[in-house]
Amino acid sequence: MVAVSEAPASSRLATDAPKSSIFLSTVKIFRKQPIGMLGGVIVMLMVFMGVFADILAPHDPTEIFYQYDFPAPSNAEFWLGTDMFGRDLLSRIIYGARTALFVGFTAAFVGAFSGLILGVMSAYFGGIFDLLLQRVMDVFMAFPLIILALAVVSILGAGTSNVIIAITIPFIPQCARVVRSSALALREIPYVDAARACGFSHTRIIVRHMAPNVMAPFLIMLTSFLGQAILLEASLSYLGLGVQEPTPAWGLMLQGGAEEFAESAPWVAIWPGVAISLAVFGFNLFGDALRDTLDPRLRSQ
Amino acid sequence: MYKYIVKRLLLMIPTLLGAAIFVFLLLRAVPGDVCETRFAGTGAFVDQEQINLCRADLGIDQPLIIQFFDFIAGYATFDLGNSFWTGQPVVQEIALRFELSLQIAIMATLVAIIIAIPLGTISAIRQNTWIDLVVRLFSIAGIAIPSFWLGIMIILGLLIFSQSVFGDPWMPPIRFKSIFEDPMHNLSQIIWPAVATGYRYSAVATRMTRSALLEVLREDYVRTARAKGLVEKIIIRRHALKNAMLPVVTIIAIEFAFLMGGLVVTEQVFNLNGLGKLFVDSVLQLDFNMTQQLVMLVVLIFLMTNLFVDILYAWLDPRIRYS
Amino acid sequence: MNSVLLRKVVGFGIGAVAAVGLAATASAQTPKKGGILEFVVPGGIPSFDAHRETTYAMVHPTRPFYSLLIRVDPDNPSSPDFVCDLCVGDVPEASGDGTEYVFNLVQGVKFHDGTPLTSADVKASFDKIIFPPEGTPSARKSQFSQVESITTPDANTIVFKLKYPSGAFLPALAAPFNYIYAKKDLDTHGYDWHTNNINGTGAFKFVEYQAGAFVRGERYADYHHAGKPYLDGFRSTISAKLAVSVAAIRGDRAAIEFRGFPPKHRDDLVKALGDKITVQESDWNCVLLATPNQKVKPFDDPRVRQALTLAVDRWGGSNYLSRIAIVKTVGGVAFPNHPLSATKAELEQMRGYWPDLDKSRAEAKRLLADAGQSNLSFVLNNRGVDQPYKIVGTWLLDQWKKVGLDVTQRVQPTAPFYDTLRKKKDFDVSVEFNCQSVVNPLADTTKFRGASSDNYGQYEDAVLEDLFAKMNRSSDKTEQRAIMREYERRAIDEMAHIGVTLWWYKINPHRSYVKGWKISPSHYLNQHLDNVWLDK
Repeated sequence: MVAVSEAPASSRLATDAPKSSIFLSTVKIFRKQPIGMLGGVIVMLMVFMGVFADILAPHDPTEIFYQYDFPAPSNAEFWLGTDMFGRDLLSRIIYGARTALFVGFTAAFVGAFSGLILGVMSAYFGGIFDLLLQRVMDVFMAFPLIILALAVVSILGAGTSNVIIAITIPFIPQCARVVRSSALALREIPYVDAARACGFSHTRIIVRHMAPNVMAPFLIMLTSFLGQAILLEASLSYLGLGVQEPTPAWGLMLQGGAEEFAESAPWVAIWPGVAISLAVFGFNLFGDALRDTLDPRLRSQ
Repeated sequence: MYKYIVKRLLLMIPTLLGAAIFVFLLLRAVPGDVCETRFAGTGAFVDQEQINLCRADLGIDQPLIIQFFDFIAGYATFDLGNSFWTGQPVVQEIALRFELSLQIAIMATLVAIIIAIPLGTISAIRQNTWIDLVVRLFSIAGIAIPSFWLGIMIILGLLIFSQSVFGDPWMPPIRFKSIFEDPMHNLSQIIWPAVATGYRYSAVATRMTRSALLEVLREDYVRTARAKGLVEKIIIRRHALKNAMLPVVTIIAIEFAFLMGGLVVTEQVFNLNGLGKLFVDSVLQLDFNMTQQLVMLVVLIFLMTNLFVDILYAWLDPRIRYS
Repeated sequence: MNSVLLRKVVGFGIGAVAAVGLAATASAQTPKKGGILEFVVPGGIPSFDAHRETTYAMVHPTRPFYSLLIRVDPDNPSSPDFVCDLCVGDVPEASGDGTEYVFNLVQGVKFHDGTPLTSADVKASFDKIIFPPEGTPSARKSQFSQVESITTPDANTIVFKLKYPSGAFLPALAAPFNYIYAKKDLDTHGYDWHTNNINGTGAFKFVEYQAGAFVRGERYADYHHAGKPYLDGFRSTISAKLAVSVAAIRGDRAAIEFRGFPPKHRDDLVKALGDKITVQESDWNCVLLATPNQKVKPFDDPRVRQALTLAVDRWGGSNYLSRIAIVKTVGGVAFPNHPLSATKAELEQMRGYWPDLDKSRAEAKRLLADAGQSNLSFVLNNRGVDQPYKIVGTWLLDQWKKVGLDVTQRVQPTAPFYDTLRKKKDFDVSVEFNCQSVVNPLADTTKFRGASSDNYGQYEDAVLEDLFAKMNRSSDKTEQRAIMREYERRAIDEMAHIGVTLWWYKINPHRSYVKGWKISPSHYLNQHLDNVWLDK
C-alpha cells in the first residue's frame, strides 16, 4: 500500500523539480547572460514557428506549384522562393521547425532521461552492476553512429520516428556517463545514507534523493543534445538516411537538390542552412549560458 | 601506473567483444545482402542461381554461429578476411585509405589548435568584453554550421572565385596523391576538407580552452601569483595556460579519434577516398566483413584514445595518480 | 528468319539522338593524337570480371582494356545494327536454317602480354559466359539459352550453333560485358583470375588501380583497329556524389562523365563555361515503373490499378520532371521512338496517357469509388537514390494526392529495397526500373510478363504470356508490331499490371575538347574509347 501511494507523489516531485529549476535558471540566465538571452529568443521563435505552423505558413508545404517556373527566386507569392520541386520554401521552413523541434526534443529528452536514470542507477548500485553497465555504455559510446542509423533505417525504414531512434541511442551513454560521475559523489553524502537507513525503496532514493541533485549536469547535457540532434538529423538526411520526402525537414532540404542547385538557385540551399545553423546556434547559446549558471565551478564570483 | 594500464587494456576486451557481437547482429538484422545489392541493384536481369552462387562463395548462407566464429577466429589467426564487395583483403583496403584519413585528421587538428588556443585564451582573459562575445559567437557558429554544408560552399566558392579572377574555374583535385609523392597536389586537395572540419573542431576546442582557463584563473595559486605581483602575461603563460591545457588536450584527442573514423559526410562532399567513405560504401553495400572490421577499428581507436588521454592526465597533472 | 526480320525492323534506325553544340561538326575534323582523357564514374568497381558483373561502373573503366566479338557502331551508337570488333567484314547473318553464325576473326591480334589471339580464346571466353562450370558465376548465362554449341573449325573461325533461330542472339552477343579473355589465362590461372587481373586486346593497357579511387590505362600500340586509339591514355576516377562530378567537369578535373547528368547541371555547366561545354543527349534505354503488388488488397482489383495509372499526368510530368530529373520521354513497354514501339497517337488511346487530364482524373476517382476505395491510403516503396527514384517518387505522391489518395513514401537503401521486392514482397506499390544495354524491344517487354523472374507485382496473366509467345514467334514485322500493341494494352492499360512512369533521358555535358565519342541510348554501350581524341 505504501508503495502505491508513494509512487505518484515521488513521480510528481521528480517532474516538478526540473520544471521549477528550468524556470528559475532561465530567469537567472537572462538576467546575467545577455548572450544566453539571444539564444533563448531564437529558441522561442523556433517554438512559436513550430507550434503555429498551420497559421503562419502561407502555403501547404507539400503542394507542388506546377504552373510556375521553379525553383523560383523570392517573389510576392513565395517570399523565400520555391525549391527544386516548385514548393514554397517559406512554408517548408516554418513546418520544418516543427519537424526539427520534434526530432530535437524527443531525441534529447528520451536520451537525457534514459541517461539520467541509468547514470544514477549505475552510481547508486555500484559494484558488478556498475561495471557491466559501464561496459555496455562503452560499446555504445564507441559505436559509429552511421552504422546504427543505417541499421535502424534499414530494419524499420527511413522516416522521422526512426531517425529519432538512431539519434537517441548515442545520447544515452553520453548523458549516463556525466550523470554517473556527479552521482558517485552524492552516494557518499550522509543524507543518502540516512535515506537508506530509513528503509526507503531504491526507486524512491534514486528518483527523489539522487536524481534531483544531478540536475545541473543533466540539464547541460539536455540542452547540448537539442542542438546536436538537429545537426545529426541534417547529416543523416544528407546521406539519405534521414527524414524522407515530402515531409518538410531542414536537413532533408539541404540534401540532393539544394547541393546541386547551390549556384543557380542558391536560396534553395541557403535558407534551410540558415535555419539549421540558427536553431543550433540558439540552443547552444542557451545551453552555454545555462552551463555557466549551473556549473558552480564556473559561477562568476 | 603499469598495473593501471594493464587493467585498462583488459577492460577493453569485453567492450570489443560487445561491439563485435553488436555489429555482427545488427548487420544480419538488416534485410538483404551484398549479393542482391550487387546484382539486382543495377536493374539488369538476374538469375536467382547467380545470387545463390555469390552467397555460397561468401559464406553468408552459413548458420550465424559459424559466421560469427569465423569473424572472431580471424583475430586469432591474424586473417581478417576479404571485403565481400571487392574480394580484396580487408587489411589492404583499409591500409589504402588510412593514410588519407590520418593526414586529414592531423591537419584538421592543427587547424583547430591554431584557431582554438589563441582565441580561447583571449576570450577568457577578456571575459565579458566584446572580444569575448565575438569569439564565442564565432565558435558557437562553428558548431552550428554543418561541416558538409561548409564544404559544399567552399568548393562552390573556389569555382566561382577562380573563374571570376583567373578566367578558368578551379577546384581541388579529386584524386588523392600522397604528400611524399606530390606535396603541392596533396595539399591543394587536403587543405579544404581540413579547414571545413577544423573549423567545427576548433569551435569545440575554443570553448573548452576558454572555460578551462576561466576555471584555472580562479584557482588559489593564480591568485598567489598575482599577489606576488607577477606580470599578467607570465601568469597566463607559465601557470594558467599550462594547467588549463588538460581538458583541452582531452577534447582534442577525443575529436581526433572521431575524425579517424567519423569523417563520413565531409569525405563525400570532397570525394575523398578515406575511411569514412569506405565506411559508408561498405555499410550501404552490406559488405558485412568490411563493415565489421571497420567498426572494430573505430572502436579500438576510440578506446585507445581514451586510455591515452587518461595516461596523459596523470603525466600532466601530478595531483592525479593511478594505482 | 526471326533474326533477319528483326534486323530489318530495327534497321529503320532511331532518330532520337540530339547533339547540341559542336558535336555535330566533330566528324569533319581530323583526329589529333595524344593526351590523357580524364573522366569520372559515379560508382565503384566490384571486380574486373565483366562476365560476372552487371554494373556500368565496372564497364566504364575496364571496357577500354578489352575487345568484344561484335559491338555497337562507334560512329552511330544509336543504331541497333552491330559492327565487327574482333571479327572481319560485316556481322554475319544466320546461315543454314537460321541457327548458325560463322565469324571470321581479325588476324594478327595480340593480347597485351603478347599472346596472339585465336578462335580458341574467343571460344574459351564464351564457354565461360554460356557454359560456366559448376560454381562459376556468369550473370548473362540465361540470355544465351538458345546456344547449342561453340566450335572452332580453324584458328580464325568461330561458329555458334543455335538450338532454334533467335532474334535475341546477336543483341546478347553484342552486350558490352562479353570481354574476350585469353584462353591461356583461364587455363593457367583459373576462372577467378580476371576479377583482379586484366589482360585483353583492347585499345588501352591496364596500368594501375587504386581501390575505391581510380583506374589508369595507357595506349596499346598493337591495337587491331589501325591508327587507333588516339589517346595516350585515360584516367577514370570514382566520384559517387553528383555535385562532385559536376564540379569536376567545371573545374576541368574531369572532361566527361559517361552515365548522365540531370538537366539542371547541363544548364549550369553551359552557363558557366559557354562553348567550352558540348552537350549530347539521347533517349535512354531505361524506364522507371510504379508496380502495384497484386498479392496485397486492394491492388488485386484492376479498377484500383487503372485509377493509379489514370491519376498520373505523364505528358505534363514529362515537361515538369525533364527540368529536374533524368527522365523525360513518355512511352509504353518498349524503348520510345523505336519502330516497334507505340506512337504518340497510339499511346494516347491508353489509360493514363489520355490527352485530357481532367477526364483521366475524373475517371480515376470514379473507378476508386466503384471499387469502394475512395479514401485509399497506401505506402509507396522507393529506393534511396535521388536520381530519378526519389524525385519521381515525390512527384507520384503529388499526382495521387490529386485524386484523393493518401500516399506516403517509404525510402530504403538499395539492399533492403531489393529485399522487399524480391524476398519479403510486403509492399503496396513500389517504384522500380528496367534498364537494358543493347536496344532490343523484345527484351524490354519481358519485364511485363508475369513469368519473368523480376516480376515484382506477383501476377499471372495467361493472355499476356500467349501474346508474348506469339510476338516472339511472329515472322512479320507489321504483325509483330500489332501484337506488341495488343500486349502493351493488356499489360499497362486494361490490366494496368505495371505503371510506366517515364523513360529516362540521357544528358552528357562534357568538355568540348573531347571529340569522337558519341552518345548512345545506354550508359553501358560505346565505352571502348578507341575513337576518342582530345582537341587541345
